[in-house]
Amino acid sequence: MAIIEVRNLTKSFGGIKAVDDVSVDVPENTLLGIIGPNGSGKTTFVNMITGFIRPDRGSVKFKGKELIGLTPYRITNMGVGRAFQMVKPFFHLPAFKNIIVPLSSDRVKATKGGGFGDKDAIALDILEEVGFERDSSVPYKTASVLPHGYLKRLELARLIALKAEVLILDELFSGLSIAEVTSIVPIIEKLLVEGKTIIMIEHRLKELFRIADNVIVFNFGRKIKEGKPKEILEDEEVKKAYLGVEV
Amino acid sequence: MNKENYRKERIDRCIKARSDDIYAISSMNEILYLIFPRAIPIFALAIFALILPLYWQKVIISTCIFAMLAVSWDFLSSCGMLSLGQALFFGIGSYIAGILNHYLHLPFYVTIPLATIFGGLLSTLLLLPVVRLRGIYFAMVTLILPLMLMRGIEATRIFGGNEGITGLSPFPNIWIELIIIITAMWVTLFALRRFISSDYGLIFVSIRDNDRATMASGINIYAFKAQALFIGSSICAFCGAFMTHSYMFTGIPVFTMEFSILPIAASAIGGIGSLAGPLLGAFVLVPLSEILREFGTIRVVFYGLVLVICVVALPEGIFHYLSRKYNEMERWVKIE
Repeated sequence: MAIIEVRNLTKSFGGIKAVDDVSVDVPENTLLGIIGPNGSGKTTFVNMITGFIRPDRGSVKFKGKELIGLTPYRITNMGVGRAFQMVKPFFHLPAFKNIIVPLSSDRVKATKGGGFGDKDAIALDILEEVGFERDSSVPYKTASVLPHGYLKRLELARLIALKAEVLILDELFSGLSIAEVTSIVPIIEKLLVEGKTIIMIEHRLKELFRIADNVIVFNFGRKIKEGKPKEILEDEEVKKAYLGVEV
Repeated sequence: MNKENYRKERIDRCIKARSDDIYAISSMNEILYLIFPRAIPIFALAIFALILPLYWQKVIISTCIFAMLAVSWDFLSSCGMLSLGQALFFGIGSYIAGILNHYLHLPFYVTIPLATIFGGLLSTLLLLPVVRLRGIYFAMVTLILPLMLMRGIEATRIFGGNEGITGLSPFPNIWIELIIIITAMWVTLFALRRFISSDYGLIFVSIRDNDRATMASGINIYAFKAQALFIGSSICAFCGAFMTHSYMFTGIPVFTMEFSILPIAASAIGGIGSLAGPLLGAFVLVPLSEILREFGTIRVVFYGLVLVICVVALPEGIFHYLSRKYNEMERWVKIE
């Protein structure tokens, strides 16, 4: 049973078809990787799933419920969370206060005891989970002074705080060092163990193919290939479109 | 001192670091450290209100009104809403109080609370359709609305038209006036400061920082923006209603630009984002304008000069400068 079912999703910006008739099923508790060259419509695709852009045509079903037409906050409250490619922390707030905001959402309040208790303490726990050293001053620093790697972790922490069932990560690894990526991969693997479903847009193929169950390839707004990471790697069309190898 | 190989370092005073925490109540020193900057202005204003002659007491009243407008402007801007229309909220409050008093003969202690609540509601409803707009687009709408209401009243001649409504019932005496407005101002300031640093208030600040991320955190930002609008506009409506009874008059001048622009100027020189800064700014600008009155028409030049000097010399704002001096130590450290 697919937790996310996308059917014939289409969006044009003027004469350009940003996303053209894309259908995909994401089975529960799997990691779907989305790859493709720049401008191939990957971010537009997740923007439509999460309600930030309304598609021209098509449907997105989450557990059988239609998402198209809902506002982003509703979709988030249903359990589909997304992290942004361009990190969007609340720059004026300390890191741990950034997590208070998702903890105040209707979704978290509806969970058992979610509306009560010391939000600061919960926030610090979540931050520790994504790699903010608890006993250091990092969780208390204003987001504007945190290095890029921590801001990416903060995006992830926001989704964990929301208890999202489907996590959509838009280029989480971009701009991170190999060491930072290797320290974030276990967090994602842990989320999978906990039963979450993850959709990742990624350019770092090596890291992605190691953890992905399925991969789809975008080019010029179309889904040109879908399959296991291994199949994708060996596919000639993908190599041509994405890796730029002459065949 | 040769500063070539040195850099300036700012660190919190130890007492500041301690009094941020639960230990704030552990010693007299720390309690005083926290109370001092809050108590001094409160006592100073109370004493001034007691000893100054009637004319300057009136100045204090109008200063407090502008200070509240400025605090409300800063609150709205902290929630990501750039308002150029404090006059709209102010005017609506003023007219509601005026109408209730003139047509229904209600006393001030009924009209002011009613005008505060319904003025806030009406302003929020008026701006609800444009709450989705951001930055300058929202500002444009708030700028136009008071002008529209002004011309609308002028053209349709409702509520006294051009002449407005005169002969409204005044406050019993100046002392009641002073007590009401000064108390209201301090309550507004401290309540809003407390509110905005609470977990609930945090969401308002997060909308300013990044509305998309707030949406992606499962927050209905439009509901929160409407709440912020209600809080902000109620404060202004209160000021409007208060002034109506103080001047015993309401009319189209309540929608003039002065009530929109002066709060922004006060915020700019006082320090945006602190709520206390705009209040301080209003206490500089309004009395200054009165002092300069004896220069006649040239006072605008001096007034402008002071504004420019303040903004250029202290771009961060007077309040931020003072709070930095109070809370932080500066020292020169050698660069290694």
